[in-house]
Amino acid sequence: MLLEIDDITLHYGRIQALHGISLHVNEGEVVALIGANGAGKSTIMRAISGLRAVSSGAIRFQGEDISKVRADLRVARGICQAPEGRGVFPGMTVQENLEMGAYIRRDHAAIAQDMERVYGLFPRLLERRKQAGGTLSGGEQQMLAVGRALMARPKLLLLDEPSMGLAPMIIQQIFTIITEINQQGTTVLLVEQNAQQALSRAHRAYVLETGNIVKEGTGADLLHDPAVKAAYLGVA
Amino acid sequence: MTTETVKKQRWKLNLRDRFQDLPLPARITAMAVFVVLLYLLPTKAFYENLGFPIPMGSGYLPFYTTGSDMAGVLFQCGYYILLALGLNVVLGYAGLLDLGFFGFFAVGAYTVALLTSPESKLITEYNWFESPWPWLVTVPIAIALAMLSGVLLGWPTLRLRGDYLAIVTLGFAEIIRIVAKNQDWILNGDRGIPSVGHPPGTYSNGEAIFELDFAPYYWLVLTVIIVVIFLIRNLANSRVGRAWVAIREDEDAAELMGVPTFKFKLWAFAIGAAIGGLSGSLWAGQANFVNSATFSLENSILVLAAVLLGGAGSIGGAILGGFLVIYLPEWLRSVGDVFGWPTQVTVGGIHIDVSPTSLRFVIFGALLIVVMIYRPQGLWPNRRRAAELKDRQKEVAPVE
Ligand SMILES: Nc1ncnc2c1ncn2[C@@H]1O[C@H](COP(=O)(O)OP(=O)(O)OP(=O)(O)O)[C@@H](O)[C@H]1O
Ligand SMILES: [Mg+2]
Repeated sequence: MLLEIDDITLHYGRIQALHGISLHVNEGEVVALIGANGAGKSTIMRAISGLRAVSSGAIRFQGEDISKVRADLRVARGICQAPEGRGVFPGMTVQENLEMGAYIRRDHAAIAQDMERVYGLFPRLLERRKQAGGTLSGGEQQMLAVGRALMARPKLLLLDEPSMGLAPMIIQQIFTIITEINQQGTTVLLVEQNAQQALSRAHRAYVLETGNIVKEGTGADLLHDPAVKAAYLGVA
Repeated sequence: MTTETVKKQRWKLNLRDRFQDLPLPARITAMAVFVVLLYLLPTKAFYENLGFPIPMGSGYLPFYTTGSDMAGVLFQCGYYILLALGLNVVLGYAGLLDLGFFGFFAVGAYTVALLTSPESKLITEYNWFESPWPWLVTVPIAIALAMLSGVLLGWPTLRLRGDYLAIVTLGFAEIIRIVAKNQDWILNGDRGIPSVGHPPGTYSNGEAIFELDFAPYYWLVLTVIIVVIFLIRNLANSRVGRAWVAIREDEDAAELMGVPTFKFKLWAFAIGAAIGGLSGSLWAGQANFVNSATFSLENSILVLAAVLLGGAGSIGGAILGGFLVIYLPEWLRSVGDVFGWPTQVTVGGIHIDVSPTSLRFVIFGALLIVVMIYRPQGLWPNRRRAAELKDRQKEVAPVE
């Protein structure tokens, strides 16, 4: 098991956002997390990446509890998140954003290789190498955010709504790339509103409702689950 | 459009690139000439040979200040430029709003005063040591103490996001001033500390270099500025500099890239504070006399204005800003003297001081508003910051 979350709770001030969440991600998997707006999906991501401290419970990564470890040190351990709302550095060029993704690394030759790989995955970024991140289109920023997270060579890649605000064509593309990244050896935990795509691409998935996990199963199972269909797939 | 005008425009736009494209020897020569000119600035002959027509019979020299000693004005510009460079690291690079930056200047100045004055209470009352220390020895101590106060101030506040830092730093500077003003056990309250030491050195005839003449002080501070610029430039281009950019552009994202944000914010704060303390120790080395009146809040605001006016995040901007906030009012006053601008007007029995140096805050208030409207990135902007600003404007007002 690469990641194991054991009964975590998390509060924003007085508001409790997570009520005892347990889930796990195995090495090599793509795991999807679906749920309505405000269910707590991004909060789980923040708890894993360390942007927010959990109130109780354990987050084990490769067997070690990292729930008290600082966010930047979790990156060094191999967890990297592409944040919701993209979070690219607006004043840095595309190239500099990608370099920033490799901030913790010092193996320059391998970094150059990974840069090639990211440009290979997203040719659009290569065209716009010298453009400031803030002036990219929404979709391009999304590609940049994913590419930048890859530059850290994470063992576990956290993607928070990579399809947000994208045209259907591009969504297809992004999901294809996620599958590709996964096949190249990166484990992926994916938060999505686009449940159809997410469930059909994921090995396993969890359904989140107001800070609780209410269902889990393989992607295929959940795709055919009547309750999930009604709530998240827009099928009566 | 003719090729000629295209060329002209391109030349205008890429002045910086043009300079970068020059061969290295040419660049070095140009820089050297420029630096020599800077060292010549306090001499009157420089202005006499500028070649500008001198208004008839006025005796006025263009750019020369008549109201105060030119070298004195330049020295003051110098330590404000240092302050602006220090605040630029904090505000321009790391994006931390420090409203009480002059507090570190005060720490530096008081450290030097307490250690170099024979009338320091450390000597006369507490017998910590027998005789005053040489100025030069106290400068590193002043820098270290300013840095330490920066760390102590930053430690609890830099973990928090938002406006806490601005408020805490504002309070810090005011507390130093008020404590210095009201207590008597060490800083002597309003009476201050007299006979503060000067930098070392004598001319061949045995006269001290650093006495009443301002020019040597200006040369000293200019030299310090050049050294500080080199250090800051190297820092800005290092991993530390990249981390600062990331933090200021998006702190969460920086953390997600593995940047230890707290550590680097603290570093920015400490380095800025150290430069502020250095500036204070240079000032104290000239001032002879240090008391709380020097450290009013207005000075912090003036330094902030300098950085914003010049362009946050840009070394050239900090220098330009620091220079303008001191020189411009002095120069206006000189021009005013020539053309008979009154220093005081009386309206209905109330005397109003209208000399440009007194109206400094009115002038810079207005100037800052104009600049922020038409050129929010500052007069000499940092390219990246300009792009960030555009990005932020896009968020606030999605026009077009
Ligand atoms: N910084 C915060 N302060 C207070 N409450 C917050 C904060 N961030 C999130 N919340 C609350 O926590 C709950 C979960 O938010 P979260 O962002 O995890 O939802 P989400 O599942 O990612 O939703 P979406 O699909 O809209 O992105 C919401 O009710 C939200 O209002
Ligand atoms: Mg979310």
